[in-house]
Amino acid sequence: MRAYEDWVVEAESKGLKISSVVLQNQIEELELSGEALFDRMGNNLKVMRESVKIGLSGKRRSASGLVGGDAAKVEEHRKSGSTLIGEVMSGVIAKALAVAEVNASMGRIVAAPTAGSCGVLPAVLFTLEEIFHSDEKELLSALFTAAGLGIIITERANVSGAEGGCQAEIGSAAAMSAAAAVELAGGSPRQTAHGAAIALKSMLGLVCDPVAGLVEVPCVKRNATGAMIALTAAEMALAGVKSAIPIDEVIDTMAEIGHQMSCSLKETAQGGLAATPTGRKIRADFL
Amino acid sequence: MSKSNVFDLLGPIMVGPSSSHTAGAVRLGTMARKILGEEPLEGIITLHGSFAETGKGHGTDVALIAGLIGMAPDDERIPDAPELAKERGFKVRFEKADLGDVHPNTVKFDLTGSKERVIVIGSSIGGGAILIRQINNFMVGINGDYPTLVILHQDLPGVVAQVTLLLATAQINIATMRVSREKKGAQALMVLETDQKIEEAVLELTRRLPSIKQALAIEPLE
Repeated sequence: MRAYEDWVVEAESKGLKISSVVLQNQIEELELSGEALFDRMGNNLKVMRESVKIGLSGKRRSASGLVGGDAAKVEEHRKSGSTLIGEVMSGVIAKALAVAEVNASMGRIVAAPTAGSCGVLPAVLFTLEEIFHSDEKELLSALFTAAGLGIIITERANVSGAEGGCQAEIGSAAAMSAAAAVELAGGSPRQTAHGAAIALKSMLGLVCDPVAGLVEVPCVKRNATGAMIALTAAEMALAGVKSAIPIDEVIDTMAEIGHQMSCSLKETAQGGLAATPTGRKIRADFL
Repeated sequence: MSKSNVFDLLGPIMVGPSSSHTAGAVRLGTMARKILGEEPLEGIITLHGSFAETGKGHGTDVALIAGLIGMAPDDERIPDAPELAKERGFKVRFEKADLGDVHPNTVKFDLTGSKERVIVIGSSIGGGAILIRQINNFMVGINGDYPTLVILHQDLPGVVAQVTLLLATAQINIATMRVSREKKGAQALMVLETDQKIEEAVLELTRRLPSIKQALAIEPLE
């Protein structure tokens, strides 16, 4: 079982970024050139970018009608000059909702790491692109950092709502996004670990309780809050704030909490919000 | 479990909303189509468990049809699959049933083409991964990761040896192999997953072996 700490130590000793260490590891494991890996990751980035754009247009609705149009509302609000948290951060919310709405309405997305959590990473990534004017190569590198942490999460825990609850899906996406954001913002490998740990700690215990079993309520909005947690964690890490509990131990804890979680709270639509009177009514009306 | 790579974590590129109920459903449809080995004309699709319960909201039904008419999980025409199927003259009917002690995301296809009819049962086992569990009366375990050779034959001594010798001669390495039969001496099914692509010529030679009734090569899913 590998540890993210191993990659941090390797990056520090060689003076590399986490993304370079992950890339080198994948060149060996997949027996592909760095160029081929970047090309393939480029397809992911392209689809992520398209899904943000399509979602922001606000034209899509999910089959149940529960989801759609909220990304456009936030985007309009943000441009109205009356945004509460500022245009940049408001944009994070709009982008995350956009991608998650595209997913809920049978549009094309990149599972990151899952379809239900597909909005977090694009929202964080394209917001940083706006702030730092990052180029394609930097964005792709950040995706390798995010995916690298994801690999560690799948080895030590899982990224499945049915196995670990929402903490394993949106939580993993937030941690991966925080690591990517820290690197993209110029933070050190050690700081990516702190950012990821702070983000994942903030998501521990979150249950997977989709109303009517659909990837809509509360999943779509949790993409937006997950993205904000990722950026909050990244900001702390970049400021030099440390996580008292190291990332690998946080991941192990996430696995353990998922294990202890009742089955009714792991994607079965039996408990949590799915079991509320309104949740049950939505299910009865739709199915 | 094999090691994850970066594209397992970022990917697949897919039409939403669910990797298991949508992307996995497309792949199940694709596999069923490959097993039929021709354009399906009629289909009865039976949904079990979570597929039956939450399939509607996840587009599981349209995703299964999309796979059956040859679409990939990232095809943006997936929501239009029922219409496109109709245009092609493919008639599909859905049913719900308890298929027994199987994975919650399980589907049974009863497919008819111009030449063949086949029953295929498969499950979407998470993250878009699938497992074909049954073909007609035979239990199998095909996940679409490898080129797969499916052979219907008479349960007689030496049939397996003939096939493996033929593959060895063609420099095709067998990764996994499973043989099952209806009863002693009756029909049997051999499923071989291989490391190399099974060329049409090899398949034709397989079909000419004695005691072989049918042979089908299934290319791996993308």
